[in-house]
Amino acid sequence: MGTEFLLVMKSEMILTGIIFLLLILKVWDGIKSNTSLLYFVNILLLANFLWGFCCNTEGSLFNGMYQTNELIFLEKSILNLGTFIISLFAFDYLKENDNTLEFFILLLCTLLGMDFMISSGNFLMFYLGLELSSIPLAALCNYDLHKTKSSESAVKMILSSAFASCILLFGVSMLYGTTGTLNFSEMAPQLSTSKLQMLAFLFIFSGFAFKLSSVPFHLWTADVYEGAPAPVTAYLSVISKGSIVFIFITALYKVFPNFEHTWYHVLYLSILVTITVGNLFAIRQDNIKRFLAFSSIAQVGYIMLGISSTSIMGISAAIYFLIIYTFSNLGVFGVVSLVSSQTGKENINDFKGFYTNNKFASWVIAICLFSLAGIPPTAGFFGKMFLVTAGASKGDYLLVIVAVMNMVISLYYYLRLVKAIFIDNNDQPIASLKGSLPLRLALIICLAGVIATGFVSGLFEHITTLAGK
Amino acid sequence: MGVLMRRNAIIIFMCVELMLNAVNLLMVAFSKMFNDPSSQIFVFFIMVVAAAEVAVGLAIIVMMYRKVHSVDINILNRLKH
Repeated sequence: MGTEFLLVMKSEMILTGIIFLLLILKVWDGIKSNTSLLYFVNILLLANFLWGFCCNTEGSLFNGMYQTNELIFLEKSILNLGTFIISLFAFDYLKENDNTLEFFILLLCTLLGMDFMISSGNFLMFYLGLELSSIPLAALCNYDLHKTKSSESAVKMILSSAFASCILLFGVSMLYGTTGTLNFSEMAPQLSTSKLQMLAFLFIFSGFAFKLSSVPFHLWTADVYEGAPAPVTAYLSVISKGSIVFIFITALYKVFPNFEHTWYHVLYLSILVTITVGNLFAIRQDNIKRFLAFSSIAQVGYIMLGISSTSIMGISAAIYFLIIYTFSNLGVFGVVSLVSSQTGKENINDFKGFYTNNKFASWVIAICLFSLAGIPPTAGFFGKMFLVTAGASKGDYLLVIVAVMNMVISLYYYLRLVKAIFIDNNDQPIASLKGSLPLRLALIICLAGVIATGFVSGLFEHITTLAGK
Repeated sequence: MGVLMRRNAIIIFMCVELMLNAVNLLMVAFSKMFNDPSSQIFVFFIMVVAAAEVAVGLAIIVMMYRKVHSVDINILNRLKH
């Protein structure tokens, strides 16, 4: 123990510190301007992200309940970076809001929960982190207090997440009943694919599928995404989903290695439906947030394709793709939140002729959509390539063929949006929007990220070596 | 089952609580079987988290009630189209 203990848990410690600082600021009540407060919070988050790169100490605490290693530190850095970008986006949205501090307190509470969740080594810690990351999110969905849509999405969010965690807990209790321990590492060797354990695995898998919003548990996603404010939607679709993917990888590879045969089949079916349904439903959406919801369902399918390969390459491809997905999805959401916070328009048809008045924002959204679709010069291509290669290494070509065919379908609807922005004529295009400095900065970060992560080939190898340990 | 059948948001929450209670009972029974206290501690945490969840959930339901004057989830279909 001693100071080393502080360093091992440093990301949680710092987040807790920031949350307390914000709470004290709230009680102190001496803040005059919202803008300076937002700058202050953004600087804190930037510092939090940068601090994630130094003094990383591996270790395990509380009898293996809490453990970190280099890979987990990297995952936490991805989440921190995403949260930082989202807080930059939220600048325009929160400038006029009276409850700015609560927004960040809730946001950071969820981030704290995710940090605990991805470094958990025990189902108790995992469950607490999961709940800490999902309950405040429901409150965040309700953040547009005067809108009916917003509270409707919050009701759907809290009901489905409560139900999902019940199912998951039921599976955990069955696993406990058959093994007599809650620790991941002690539990794994005792699992022997008996009937009860199989059932427990299916319960746990469905709980995860709910949170990942993979088909057939995706029904809440589109509604929640549409009703929640744009920055919260971005958070839900990138950070919240990313953290679940990380812990899903840990759960499958550390707790259920003996079940590999079973979970490969379950995952196989789930991927087939998730990619197909996500893509087909995305075609017929008019609201841009619903459209992005279905596109993110499809992207989760690709991430699961990487996970299903049961190889180190698959894990690192999934994590690498998540970095790219963070940048490209956040870039799209940045433009969407700029438009919706200033004009209130969220329909794809409203984006017609967007290019005439907003050149820079149009290029950002176009390049990020190209990256999501996986067109070569952008990073999304490399991400998808690694994922599909990892999936193909297992030798199941049907899955790979379906995945690649779905990329063609996805190209159609991503390009439809690009066409609306650049080519379609509109009598009244959206006027020139003047985003604030932080928002433009965030768009530049996303754009740079989308282009750079594809070319920095060392990144993928770095992740592979970390995952191989 | 109640969660899937009922149409009243508050009753759905009660049913979620019932499911959690089932998990708690199972945990305590297994804990007795293994003579291992760790899952009894888990039960305490589940109870705490459930209380927090219901607090947030009821607050959200109150927000919804103020707008649509109902807690029937059939009304919640504005986001469908």
